[in-house]
Amino acid sequence: MLGALSRNRPLLALLRGGNGGDKAASAALWAASKRFMSSDNTITVREALNSAIDEEMSADNKVFVMGEEVGEYQGAYKVTKGLLQKFGPDRVLDTPITEAGFTGLGVGAAMYGLKPIVEFMTFNFAMQAIDHLINSAAKTNYMSGGTINVPIVFRGPNGAAAGVAAQHSQCFAAWYGQVPGLKVLVPYDAEDARGLMKAAIRDPDPVVFLENELLYGESFPVSQEVLDPSFTLPIGKAKIMREGDDLTIVTFSKMVGYALKAADELAKEGISVEVVNLRSIRPLDRETINASVRKTSRLLTLEEGWPQHGVGAEICASVVEESFYYLDAPVERICGADVPMPYAANLERLAVPQIDDVIRAARRACFRKEEKKQATA
Amino acid sequence: MNGSRSMLRLATAALRQGSSLPGSAGKGAYCKTEFLVRGYAADADAYDKMPDSGKKPDSGEIVVEIPVKFNLHLLESGPPQEAITTKEELMKSYTDMSVIRRAEISADMLFKSQMIRGFCHLYDGQEAVAVGMERALTFDDSVITAYRDHGIFLGRGGTALELFSELMGKKTGCALGKGGSMHLYHRKHNFWGGWGIVGSVPPLGAGLAFAHKYMKKPNVVVAIYGDGAGNQGQLYEAQNLAALWNLPLILLIENNHFGMGTAEWRASKKVTHYDRVPYIPGIKADGMDMFSVREAFKYCKEHCLAGKGPIMLEADTYRYHGHSMSDPGSTYRSRKEIQGMRQERDPIERIRKIILTEELVTKEELKDLDKKIRAEVEDAAAKAREEPFPSDDELFANIYKADSGLVAYGCDRRKTKVEMP
Repeated sequence: MLGALSRNRPLLALLRGGNGGDKAASAALWAASKRFMSSDNTITVREALNSAIDEEMSADNKVFVMGEEVGEYQGAYKVTKGLLQKFGPDRVLDTPITEAGFTGLGVGAAMYGLKPIVEFMTFNFAMQAIDHLINSAAKTNYMSGGTINVPIVFRGPNGAAAGVAAQHSQCFAAWYGQVPGLKVLVPYDAEDARGLMKAAIRDPDPVVFLENELLYGESFPVSQEVLDPSFTLPIGKAKIMREGDDLTIVTFSKMVGYALKAADELAKEGISVEVVNLRSIRPLDRETINASVRKTSRLLTLEEGWPQHGVGAEICASVVEESFYYLDAPVERICGADVPMPYAANLERLAVPQIDDVIRAARRACFRKEEKKQATA
Repeated sequence: MNGSRSMLRLATAALRQGSSLPGSAGKGAYCKTEFLVRGYAADADAYDKMPDSGKKPDSGEIVVEIPVKFNLHLLESGPPQEAITTKEELMKSYTDMSVIRRAEISADMLFKSQMIRGFCHLYDGQEAVAVGMERALTFDDSVITAYRDHGIFLGRGGTALELFSELMGKKTGCALGKGGSMHLYHRKHNFWGGWGIVGSVPPLGAGLAFAHKYMKKPNVVVAIYGDGAGNQGQLYEAQNLAALWNLPLILLIENNHFGMGTAEWRASKKVTHYDRVPYIPGIKADGMDMFSVREAFKYCKEHCLAGKGPIMLEADTYRYHGHSMSDPGSTYRSRKEIQGMRQERDPIERIRKIILTEELVTKEELKDLDKKIRAEVEDAAAKAREEPFPSDDELFANIYKADSGLVAYGCDRRKTKVEMP
């Protein structure tokens, strides 16, 4: 099939062109060229992000990408692979290692009307620029009485990776999630990545897009609808990944995968778990969370970040405020341990939630014994 | 006039005889003003001279000398040491600067009567910078500054009513009363604020310049910061980006020699700013002389639009008030110094002298104009006092531009829960 393509000049032009032509056709051809049009349409999160950014850049000339190694290096995590070749150095900019400078530059460009996508190699480095995220981007539409908005996307890996230790492992969902004026998105699978990235780029407000390094390489099946260039997801709506009756697990990002695995295990012991994938930290979908808890009457929040003042704390507060009389058990929070991330593998394992932690807490919420009885001979 | 000059000389002599150790000045003298006097003594002669108006070409143009020499960094030649102007420009500039002056005096009174709250950083003394800049720019060029923004806002075509309304938090303010003194904006005239964080403006300005270049606009961006911000790391980062990417950015340093209460020599190893970057050219102009500022800006705009990249413009200026209304401004500066500046280098006086020397209008006419400006500004303040505050629902408005369906909570979550349509 690709052999035939290589002899077809109009199709090749579509593939190469920087401004898209027939968008649906070029998306389909792009997909073909990326060799993932298998029968079940599986793509990785990385491919999902790449395709979303690619399509939005084709559709709108004002969108541009900026960050360290996003261009010639093809992206530190290869999320921006191929974009420099396709759109050129005016729209895909390699920056020096100056987060405060280039983040402020991105915000200034967004104020004037461009649509920057600023990549932080990890969100740990965004702390160098956090003043611009909060004081220059988040607050501006409000401070200016609605005259100046900032249509910018800040994206990059967030949270723990593997063995990268204390300074490279922090989860910032709670920090950014607290700030009025920011929208904070947390995709889990490929569908989330595509839909939320497109929504973020089109959104006229500053969006903090928290990815996860360990999810980039994971593959997920996606429908044709998801692959369409017009596909977006609404910002502020959570998704029920799995329906259940006994316990609601509310979580986001990589932990969604853990929750689903825990749910499979718990199903074997007769505990039916409903898994809510937040997709959005701010706005937080309190409606979906509370509707689910009112159905199951038990809540477990699951996150990688630190517990105090974390995302789970806000979810628990929301449920206790709005669905108190529906709760049959105390709320449970599974979070990262209250420590800077250690390096040693055994300690790291103790510092981040494991599936066993989720299962144990689920049993507790159902007033069951925490550990299964061991059969004796 | 002569008396004050000899006073200046006496002051110089006295200080030179005194101790040269910082902080060991005699009783009652809190500051070491030598650094300023050094600059002025050299130019005291220049200031004694009336701006030369001998030449008068037939076209009705007036040639004004710029007595203080421009300092150049990485430039072969700089702006001319004389400016050609017209009666119209002189009268307009006089008016513009006087409006700023009167507005700041009114703001002072309003703050003292608690109609203005929080912070109030006044611009009087620095009028020549705002007005000289606007003489060289159009409203298609962009300007962005920090929190001492009242003068810049007025220079960008903001009205006194919008200004006072915003200062008093009224809904007719340029930011609907939700910004305040430090957050003035005028998008239509490309005035991008009004920012409270010292040092944040240069990267934002670089971003505006990036967008200008990206959209192929034939315009420049002026990013303004003070000497106090001159040591910020992100300034250096912005300079690198602007030079690396060849952005049409003029970095204007309003050097009033004090970062709050800290004199420049106590904060900076190197007290000049225009020549700090080995790869960005710079000009130092007399920030109390509107024509010096104007010519420097003309030069800088041409430089940027020729695609030569960013340029630094240091304006040697002075603020009569303290850092803000909570700072008397006299614990770290002597009254002699402040008075000396008012007498020797006041920007409005300078233009007044030219106008009267050229006999463009009579003294009485000028007095009438002064009265008229004062009345207009005070009327605007009075009118702003009568304007309403924003309604309570404004609290939750414009947090986002796309806020449909957004739910926001007040302090009592059960009492105040708002859903945006």
